[in-house]
Amino acid sequence: MIRVVLPAHLRTLAHVNGEVKVDVEGRATQRSVLDALEACYPMLRGTIRDQVTQQRRPFVRFFACEEDLSHELPDAPLPDAVATGIEPFLVVGAMAGG
Amino acid sequence: MSGVRVLVGTRKGAFVLTSDANRKQWDITGPHFGGWEIYHLKASPADPNRLYASQSSSWFGQVIQRSNDGGKTWEAVGNKFVYEGVIGTHLWYDGTSRPWEFARVWHLEPSLTDPDMVYAGIQDAALFRSVDGGQTWQELPGLRGHKSAPLWQPGAGGMCLHTILLDPSHPGRIFVAISAAGVFRSDDDGQTWRPMNRGLRSEQIPDPTAEVGHCVHRIALHPSRPDVLFMQKHWDVMRSDDAGESWREVSGNLPTDFGFPIDVHAHEPDTIYVVPIKSDSEHYLPEGKLRVYRSRTGGNEWEALTRGLPQRDCYVNVLRDAMAVDSLDPCGVYFGTTGGQVYASADAGDSWVPIVRDLPSVVSVEVQTLP
Repeated sequence: MIRVVLPAHLRTLAHVNGEVKVDVEGRATQRSVLDALEACYPMLRGTIRDQVTQQRRPFVRFFACEEDLSHELPDAPLPDAVATGIEPFLVVGAMAGG
Repeated sequence: MSGVRVLVGTRKGAFVLTSDANRKQWDITGPHFGGWEIYHLKASPADPNRLYASQSSSWFGQVIQRSNDGGKTWEAVGNKFVYEGVIGTHLWYDGTSRPWEFARVWHLEPSLTDPDMVYAGIQDAALFRSVDGGQTWQELPGLRGHKSAPLWQPGAGGMCLHTILLDPSHPGRIFVAISAAGVFRSDDDGQTWRPMNRGLRSEQIPDPTAEVGHCVHRIALHPSRPDVLFMQKHWDVMRSDDAGESWREVSGNLPTDFGFPIDVHAHEPDTIYVVPIKSDSEHYLPEGKLRVYRSRTGGNEWEALTRGLPQRDCYVNVLRDAMAVDSLDPCGVYFGTTGGQVYASADAGDSWVPIVRDLPSVVSVEVQTLP
């Protein structure tokens, strides 16, 4: 079970409060977590990563365990603490005005 | 009792303003989708409870929302806009070629007869259509496949397909307008397209009378006379009497003929409205006065409509999709400003009142006349 924290606008879009929990098959990676997240919440498709290229949207960041994982490869394993549910995987809207 | 529902898209959410037919007391709900840019909302002419909204964000991209209860509740539907076939290139601001890239949906135009069919005008300019209530979207690639497409270029706001007009008298006829390419018409339901820019003159492009490259800001027609089109171009207010085959200028006595919106009275096909802006580099009202100009002669002869509108220290703009009319009698006219005001006239423009004064910057205004 992976804990995912979404930014406020995406929580509203997905009609959820607080953390989201998803199960992934096999190794926990950015791709497998986002695949599971989008399967549970189809309205999030295209809001975190491009639907065709699967690339992270430029103003979205991925944090976990006080590290910026945004530039890790999509299939790189997430930290054990995320994979085991100790720490959440944070999807963050990049800091900017507006 | 009949009434009206005004759908307002702003930089930070959508608002729904409703009134009975007197159009004096307004109920305001919103913000819906707070914090997101709402480029456009529009209702199906075939089902007044079916609404579509374009919701977008620099952070989280494009979402399409649909309501089946007149805007009380919404559900996110499909947001996958993938260009058909070879992507191709268009001109960029610096004159180089650049591949088409989806940015956002500027305009949603529901079918006149089928609530589940809706067209989307997008940036970079292309026309998409959904036949399943917005769940899936397919490009009508004949438009972007036109041989002139590599020469299209963005206006300051991006290369957007911002106007879609469905001709009620000629099934299969669609007009679109693109900044900065111009007007195109299809007579076969969007399969093939022809540029409709003869008579336009734009000093801002190398060949002022080129077939494409004109920054058309908005076109409008009256459903009873769809062969007559009106246009607010970057500069110039134009008119066509032959379904876009040719255009002539009808700016007449306007104080400036730069502007964005143009619309037609619901019951008088020769009564049209514009909001002149000072210039292309000064996107605000001339002399600090908010004046709607009305022509009752299909152009050339214009009168300033000022009663109820600020006549000093007002420097807002009215964007291209931010004016609409209802079909009550007398005709109601509505527009929203970049300063967040939405003004209504229940007497065809003779006098105006603000429905609301302090919304976020208004991007679009549409009106439904409810039974």
